[in-house]
Amino acid sequence: MNFLRHWLRRLVAPIDPVLMLLTGILFTYAFLAIYSASPERAGNQLMNTLVALLVMRVMAQIPPQRLMHMALPIFVGGVILLICVALFGDISKGARRWLNVGFMRIQPSELMKISVPLTLAWYFQKYEAHLRLRDFGIAAVLLMIPTFLIARQPDLGTAILVFAAGFYVIFFAGLPWKIIIGMIVSALAAAPVAWTLLHDYQQHRILTLIDPEKDPLGKGFHIIQSTIAIGSGGFFGKGWGQGTQTQLEFLPERHTDFIFAVLSEELGLLGNLFLLTIYALLIGRGLMIAANAATLFSRLMAGAISMIFFTYAFVNMGMVSGILPVVGVPLPFMSYGGTALVTLSVGIGILMSIHRSRMLLQQ
Amino acid sequence: MEFKHPQEELDRFRRRLAFASGFVLVFFGILLMRFVWLQMVQHRYYETRAEENRIALVPITPNRGLIVDRNGVVLARNYSAYTLEITPSKVPDFDATIDALSAIIDIQPRDRKRFRKLLDESKNFESLPIRTRLSDEEVARFIAHRYRFPGVDIKARLFRQYPEGEFASHLLGYIGRINAGDVGRIEEADQELNYRGTDHFGKTGLEQSYEFDLHGVSGFEQVEVDAGGRAVRTLARTAPIPGNNLTLTIDAKLQRVAERAFGDRRGALVAIEPSSGGILALVSMPNYDPNLFVDGIDTQSWRELNESPDKPLLNRAIYSAYPPGSTFKPFMGLAGLELGKRRAEQAIADPGFFSFGNHTFMDDKKGGHGMVDVYKSIVQSCNTYYYMLANDLGIDNIASFMGRFGLGSRTGIDIEGEAKGVLPSPQWKKERFKKPEQQKWYAGETISIGIGQGYNAYTMLQLANATATLANNGTMFKPHLVRHVVDTRSGEKRPVEPQPLRTIPLKPENLEVIKKAMVGVNIEGTGARAFAKAEYVAAGKTGTAQAFSLKGAQYRAHALKEELRDHALFIAFAPADNPTIALAVLVENGGFGAQAAAPIARQVFDYYLLGKVPATPAPRDEAAKEVDE
Repeated sequence: MNFLRHWLRRLVAPIDPVLMLLTGILFTYAFLAIYSASPERAGNQLMNTLVALLVMRVMAQIPPQRLMHMALPIFVGGVILLICVALFGDISKGARRWLNVGFMRIQPSELMKISVPLTLAWYFQKYEAHLRLRDFGIAAVLLMIPTFLIARQPDLGTAILVFAAGFYVIFFAGLPWKIIIGMIVSALAAAPVAWTLLHDYQQHRILTLIDPEKDPLGKGFHIIQSTIAIGSGGFFGKGWGQGTQTQLEFLPERHTDFIFAVLSEELGLLGNLFLLTIYALLIGRGLMIAANAATLFSRLMAGAISMIFFTYAFVNMGMVSGILPVVGVPLPFMSYGGTALVTLSVGIGILMSIHRSRMLLQQ
Repeated sequence: MEFKHPQEELDRFRRRLAFASGFVLVFFGILLMRFVWLQMVQHRYYETRAEENRIALVPITPNRGLIVDRNGVVLARNYSAYTLEITPSKVPDFDATIDALSAIIDIQPRDRKRFRKLLDESKNFESLPIRTRLSDEEVARFIAHRYRFPGVDIKARLFRQYPEGEFASHLLGYIGRINAGDVGRIEEADQELNYRGTDHFGKTGLEQSYEFDLHGVSGFEQVEVDAGGRAVRTLARTAPIPGNNLTLTIDAKLQRVAERAFGDRRGALVAIEPSSGGILALVSMPNYDPNLFVDGIDTQSWRELNESPDKPLLNRAIYSAYPPGSTFKPFMGLAGLELGKRRAEQAIADPGFFSFGNHTFMDDKKGGHGMVDVYKSIVQSCNTYYYMLANDLGIDNIASFMGRFGLGSRTGIDIEGEAKGVLPSPQWKKERFKKPEQQKWYAGETISIGIGQGYNAYTMLQLANATATLANNGTMFKPHLVRHVVDTRSGEKRPVEPQPLRTIPLKPENLEVIKKAMVGVNIEGTGARAFAKAEYVAAGKTGTAQAFSLKGAQYRAHALKEELRDHALFIAFAPADNPTIALAVLVENGGFGAQAAAPIARQVFDYYLLGKVPATPAPRDEAAKEVDE
């Protein structure tokens, strides 16, 4: 009995109860949504969730210092894998994203979502004492290598997420405002040029966003059906399992990227407000952990992870509700599938580890 | 950038965190505004869109109304049968599919041809029948092999059936698959919604003219469908209202007797109940089988019907106008009396011809009929009497008198496409011809009008109705085939045309003279042979109409090809003192009216008045003559 209590205490020790509670709510919510959208996948998602919890617990145990030492080797390995993908990757749905390593297929770009902020945070920690403008330049190069490799697979969604993750680190490290503003201005100026560099299907997605009704059965179909689902949900929603758009299969990709439309239809504006609140609390908790973190690496890492959550959530909900173009970004902790779930759980685990290491230092 | 104080660094970091928090809140705020917009402001619109997505209206076709005769004999009905149907959009190669199907189900070349025709005419991606009326065994065999035939399925459908086949086809008409022309009529009647699930439409006859009565009101099923268009469940159902039944004025048994009386001869007969205008029989021979058209006629049958020299698809009773010949004489005689140009006892001397200008109009009897009064002129069919009378009356008087009997104008029968015929007059000639010299009316033309030749041309329906009006002492009805339209739910009967159109003011004593003369025709005149030993008194008049102008040559029936022979006509009513039936009959190229037409009328009257069903078609009486010699 005593042994059991001791073991339980050791099991929960690294776990932040606030983050755990918020994540638990999201997992429950996700299970309900997936059960409604695609009941036959609910069991699988439960398994994915268990794996995610395990990963989270393992990551929470690893001290930030250990992570820091692993940063560069993981990054280098990841970039090599990305190059391999470009050279020998499997093509699926017109994009070269997967690498067949004999017994399984892996998607190295997913790894970079954590590896890029990790590496940049490590870099800034390393030169913390005498940080120069030049270091921001080097960080930018480190960021652009994987971003470029992923963007040309092409996988715009992941590229945006990887870029955002790295950018948040650079931003929190103190990139001067005038450079940020300069970047924004030049980005706007370069937009017409960038437009011509986009693939046809990427251009179509953006055009579809502007006027989805133009092609209601083709490229506009996803957005039309998801906005119908959201709008018809109303304030209280149609009730769990009662959404006609969802249950009668008008909503495409309803268990993956478009799961937010399922929630919106069945649980209404009230349900959306609840979800936004949970995300806001989760991000807020992460930023608080960042504010109180002990080292620059921990601060940058915690800040970046929190903002990655925001980016996922905003891009996905914006896309599903029709204010952003369709890019393949899942709704964090909600969309079906193990890969994103594990990546995000790694992030939460790191947040927990950072929080715990600070508490250990305080003691 | 120089060395910074750690606390300063931390403060700046925290300011950036605060900025990031604000950033998050602003962008979540944008999302929230978007949700409020979609879910509250625009909620109603999107709710409607979602309902439109999931709810489909599936029409339920109502049962088409039945057509029954005045005694309840069913002439058009519906039956349920299994059909094998192909949905063209789901089958890439018809021939291969049909070949494979024919291994398990009997599919004839004519089925294939019909399917091809349907495919060409089909309006959308509906499923089309390749075989109808499958046997139970064939249904079972197909179901066992169904997995091999995507896009092919068995459906239970209601079919129109005309149980008597080649019978009364010209009055019943038929239904066929809806074509572009029918769609126009449906739109004109504002019935698009009601016809959404309907495949068939009345094409001719009563099926056409009473289409919107027979069709009924479509029901609708509100069905919840998924994205693939599959019905998930029924939400609501509005039952269809079956079409109204038609009860005809036709007596099917009489119709049968009349049709059989023709044998294999071509012609038309219209029999009318004088007291109501109800048509008792409307015959046009030959008939065709309207069942052929219901599922789309195959090309071969169509060609046979369409190219036959007998023109079985032509409704001779109402679409064709013929010169009335001597059947015109009773009406002319009546005109003479009514307009004061002749008195009943007044007789003229008939030398056997009538000279007008430098033209001589011949009588059929050499040397003439001697002294002829109106009675004798009708009984013996004397031409000279009428040459003179026409000349005395003048064309305008003739035209206006005959016009009141409905000759030369559409009767308004409840079948579409009725021919108008020709009531000749100077006015008509002016409208008919373009060149000024053709437009002029010559006085000589009036003379032959008097004996029912010349430009005269009337439908058998007009002639029968004029005869019925005469029999009815001038009271005229609009002839009609439907006695009443019966609401199948309430049983309520809506009568058709029960009121007389008008009564022609005629002096009873003049009517008496003409009727007596027409009775005389069947006792001692041209109809006497046909009505020998009749157990009732029938009034009648024979007639012969030229099918071909001989241009002065002597007419010899046996020397002429059949299609050049004269048309035989006969008008009659009976019993003479209280008529219950009046008719006009025409036998194309039948020769004299007394030879071919009068015997048919005899059989019809014998059945209608005495219940006698003849064993054989009406015999041709070669010995009968048009003129009593």
